[in-house]
Amino acid sequence: MTLADASYPDELLYHPEHDWARVEGDEATFGITWYAQDSLGEVVFYDPPQVGATVSKDASYSEVESVKAVSDVIAPLSGEITAVNEALEDAPEKVNEDPYGEGWLVRVKLSDPAEAESLLAAADYRNLLSSAE
Amino acid sequence: MAVENLQRTPLFDRHREGGAKLVPFAGWEMPVQYDGIIEEHTAVRTHAGVFDVSHMGEVEVEGPGALAFLQRVLSNDVAKIEIGGAQYSVLCNEEGGVLDDLFTYRLGGDRYLIVTNSANHESDLAWLGRWSREFDVVVRDVADRYAMLAVQGPHARRIVAPTLGVELPPRMHVAAVRIGERPALACGTGYTGEDGIELLIDPEIAPAIWVELLDAGVVPCGLGARDTLRLEVCFHLHGNDLTPDRNPIEAGLGWCCVEATGFVGSEAVARARAEGTAEKLAPFRIEGAGIPRQGNPILAEGEEIGVVTSGSYSPSLEIGIGMGYVRADLAAPGTGVEIDVRGKRRPARIASKPLYKKER
Repeated sequence: MTLADASYPDELLYHPEHDWARVEGDEATFGITWYAQDSLGEVVFYDPPQVGATVSKDASYSEVESVKAVSDVIAPLSGEITAVNEALEDAPEKVNEDPYGEGWLVRVKLSDPAEAESLLAAADYRNLLSSAE
Repeated sequence: MAVENLQRTPLFDRHREGGAKLVPFAGWEMPVQYDGIIEEHTAVRTHAGVFDVSHMGEVEVEGPGALAFLQRVLSNDVAKIEIGGAQYSVLCNEEGGVLDDLFTYRLGGDRYLIVTNSANHESDLAWLGRWSREFDVVVRDVADRYAMLAVQGPHARRIVAPTLGVELPPRMHVAAVRIGERPALACGTGYTGEDGIELLIDPEIAPAIWVELLDAGVVPCGLGARDTLRLEVCFHLHGNDLTPDRNPIEAGLGWCCVEATGFVGSEAVARARAEGTAEKLAPFRIEGAGIPRQGNPILAEGEEIGVVTSGSYSPSLEIGIGMGYVRADLAAPGTGVEIDVRGKRRPARIASKPLYKKER
């Protein structure tokens, strides 16, 4: 498996529980960060939520599993699921290979786009990671 | 992360330099994976991988009473081990509960080496010491004398022999060899379902041997792959699938118990064998999505009939697999069950051992 190198793109917003959001107007795409997928190891199963389900900022909305571990996925923002990444059913390893691209998890219609102000910029998230080490 | 008082094997620096992910395991700081559990698992199934299992304990038993003593404490018929032979057995308490599962190697006429699980090493030593008083035998903790490397996989032997310049014993045998001018033991045993060699070597030369094996193309592996490999072939893990509350009969280990030898716990084991047990350890496969984990309830027709003791994703089968104790009348291969994976009921089917069979 080809693994992505550590990276935290500047155009994304980060939740301290190692989740990212790509906010576009009142919609956003969510996924887990490079750090999260690296800690977890090879992702072998993603159990997506239902389209139409409501997600709340800071609450778990699904699980990703590696060979050895299960991890809750935390919603960085609140809203309603409009799409899930169905390609992950057959190729969950995309979460490792391309965590910010093909490894996206869900798309969400935001209920309160102003919540995004509380998320971290890439530089702040990197600082959080280095201070935790 | 504050990790206190963890023991380190002689290979710790090699693991750190090699980029292994290190985790606490049974009081030791051990590599759980190098590049990835799936890659390492596949390397062992198709080529050769090496595991640092130096955390495992070794106990030497020597003296004129060695055979009689081991017959008393080990479940198997120790008299069947010829010099240079190896045997699997369990250590039972008086109630027939499994204190540990271990390999015994006969190194000489009245000299044996037992390899213990690291979490049980101290309690095994105390147990063996207690029972040894009735026999003309010395029980020595020799765990510090050995580093242990398990080289496993279809190509393991053909790499190890020329690389280390040793003649290897057949399967289920042990040979005294010299590696780097130091005495060592080569054992034709393993915990992966593949052919392979376990090396008991001087801790001082372990780092050099590790590097030589890697240079020869053996893939460094962590304990994560060791666990998925053993689970696919339904080898028990003490602490999960075997505990002091379970007897070897319900665990499916009646084959390594010879009650006629009168071992400690043999009466209870004989009773369990004659009367049957309420539960049995059964392997299963998930049918569809979901990965079972230790502690998940096992259900049949909505009713809880057991609990998962080992569960994982199977890299070879690419599905969720596991083992668990279930009601004996529902333990037959083919029985449909459900595993309650954190509230989601995942259809599964009881299977026969092993869950993974090598294609020939």
